[in-house]
Amino acid sequence: MAYQRVAIVGAGITKFVRRAQETGKELAAQASKMALDSCGMTMKDIESVSLGTAPDAFDGVHMKGEYLADGAGATRKPFMRSFVGGGSGVYAIIHGWYHVASGHFDTCLVVAEEKMSSTMPHPQAAFNTIYDQFTERPLGVNLLWIFALEMNRYMQVHKIPLETIAQVSVKNKLNGLDHPCHQEGITPGPHLTVKDVLESEVMVWPVYRLMVSPVSDGAAALVLASERVAKRMTDKPVWIEGVGWHLDTSYWTNRDLYYPRYVEYAARMAYRMAGITDPRKEIHVVEPYDPFAYKELHHLEGLLLADKGEAPRLLEKGVFNRDGELPSCPSGGLLGVGNPISAAGTMKVAEIFWQLRGEAGARQVARPVKRGLAQAWGDLMQVGTVVVLGR
Amino acid sequence: MRERVAIAGVGCTAFASVSPGSSYRELTYEAAVKAYEEAGIEPKDVDSFVCTSEDFLEGYSISDEYCNDQLGAVLKPAQTIPGDFLHSLAVGVMHILTERFDVVVVQALSKASNMKTIPEMINFALDPVLNRPLDITAYAVAGLEMNRFLAEGKATREQCAAVVVKNKANALKNPSAGYGASITVDHVLDSEPVAEPVRLLDIAPYADGAVVMVLCSEKLAPSLTDKPVWITGIGWSTDSPTMESRDWSEAVAVRLAGDMAYKMAGITCPAKEIDLAEVNDEISFKELQHLEALRLFEPGQAGRATEDGKTSLGGTLPVNVSGGGLGVGHLFECSGAQKVLELVLQLRGEAVSRQVQGAGVGLAQAWRGIPTTSAAVAILSA
Repeated sequence: MAYQRVAIVGAGITKFVRRAQETGKELAAQASKMALDSCGMTMKDIESVSLGTAPDAFDGVHMKGEYLADGAGATRKPFMRSFVGGGSGVYAIIHGWYHVASGHFDTCLVVAEEKMSSTMPHPQAAFNTIYDQFTERPLGVNLLWIFALEMNRYMQVHKIPLETIAQVSVKNKLNGLDHPCHQEGITPGPHLTVKDVLESEVMVWPVYRLMVSPVSDGAAALVLASERVAKRMTDKPVWIEGVGWHLDTSYWTNRDLYYPRYVEYAARMAYRMAGITDPRKEIHVVEPYDPFAYKELHHLEGLLLADKGEAPRLLEKGVFNRDGELPSCPSGGLLGVGNPISAAGTMKVAEIFWQLRGEAGARQVARPVKRGLAQAWGDLMQVGTVVVLGR
Repeated sequence: MRERVAIAGVGCTAFASVSPGSSYRELTYEAAVKAYEEAGIEPKDVDSFVCTSEDFLEGYSISDEYCNDQLGAVLKPAQTIPGDFLHSLAVGVMHILTERFDVVVVQALSKASNMKTIPEMINFALDPVLNRPLDITAYAVAGLEMNRFLAEGKATREQCAAVVVKNKANALKNPSAGYGASITVDHVLDSEPVAEPVRLLDIAPYADGAVVMVLCSEKLAPSLTDKPVWITGIGWSTDSPTMESRDWSEAVAVRLAGDMAYKMAGITCPAKEIDLAEVNDEISFKELQHLEALRLFEPGQAGRATEDGKTSLGGTLPVNVSGGGLGVGHLFECSGAQKVLELVLQLRGEAVSRQVQGAGVGLAQAWRGIPTTSAAVAILSA
């Protein structure tokens, strides 16, 4: 192991909202300041900046990374944006990891920002431009359309009842009420039930409105440091023990959508690096990506934390609750906190950071936790990004 | 000193104003096949793929969706960098220096001929609140900057034009270059005004092309190539993207990126230690501004040096012998790739009629173009 060990020493998140008054630059600056303040650092201590942000079409700004640079504190610093679509929020930490692990820098500020509200009236229209311009775009497709296909396939192969998928929404939306940054109004109330979810309107069968994460604005930031610096900054460093990412073919119509192979490959890459041979025993808390309710279960299987088709049964048994054996999305996830795309991925890593330090407050899981995992996903159901953290 | 990273194989397409026979995927495929062939590898041997793309240029949102099939990078660690190829090269270097990756492929592409409204699109890079409502063109930003550069007496208008004459003449010796020409300073000064003092011939014309490179660790290099080219230094930086608070005269980001690369490569006196340079010349004066920021010439001296032929082929420090952006074409995210490619050929002694004799250490520099202040620098040695 020749690389420098890398720790997370600080984290910050803005409140997630439907329409922020702040510009994207301001959101990025707020989250960065919070992350730096949380570990007593200033921009003077930061040697490099890693930015994550999803499609430029949302903000309507060409080269959005360049535009956000000063908001992310990158003026006159080595600054680079990485991009893997919806997976960018977790990838930005991986991007920061190799900035430090390679020995180039001792510190890296990771900033993720999203301002989806700039697309009026709704960003679904911008999502049409993610498709192939000849074969798919002319059909007028949006994201709901392909996720409905994937959800249908997943339910059909494993004979999963709709009620079980709706249960994911209930779990995460109620968890989200404990997150100080959660978006107001995305959880209808503290007594949300499966029945409520299945009485919300059908967007594209079998996707119901309350199974979909909302449109959000927000930013999140983390401070990464080499072992040498981390030990000086904090008594409770959280180590990046494993990173993994994989990209599947662009031709998504040629794949069987019931199982996310790319997530499995990404997880295996991260487990190998972390020396994990039995993830179900060695991972104690997990934040899988949950932009849609079924995706949490789908991803738990891809992460090898449940057998294929087993995740819905474990959910029914309460295994994934905050007081369960493998708490999943204790933050509330994208369904419960909000989904400013890349900022939501970074929020998941921040949640594992706080859980491992025992600083998650009302969200702290019941079981003792030494190691956790955050995962994001994106593109045309195509990319998996995984980070394993340990203390 | 840390382990070095080798360039073990390169592949490219021709650089031309149009590429009607190939889709953007086919351009990358052509370059990839050549690079893999040169390094004697197959995609399965590659540990990580780094692509370069910017959504608006590709015409897709989430353009990384479409980066991997043509590289053979399906179900592989693959990502994109919305930056210049040199930024992606830096990612490749960082991957290998973690020692968790031995072989990394880096790609960049320009399919400028697919874009019908390039100036309007570049306007979308201006701050939506502060600058876009002014309804200026992005080239006006270049005009303001060039004015500042000239007003400070750092060069004359003629010296800027001499850069165009030199680079277009160099391109005549480069079979891959699309815009070689034999012209004079007067041709440049008499060309159509775009945003005074920038004239049409001061601007690098758009071109299509793709470049793929295979990087590998020092220990693996002997098994992949007999002629490794080493990346001994790499650096990148960004000045203020906000126009109201940036330095309009000096290319600060280039200076900082250069210093980072020099430090890594152990270079203390760049003007003496660098044998040739391929620097960004998207607008004629940029070549002079960048050479000075890189400390290859004293402030205010690069223009005179150009007139005196010091930066020509056969001069003391040949600059853009490939033809640069003015002679090869503006390749957007692929611009830095064309520069690294030229250095690889020069350092291997394969540049034929434009070979710089005794080339041992080369510098490639990229700038992300109007209206950005992001730059990257790589130092390569034979």
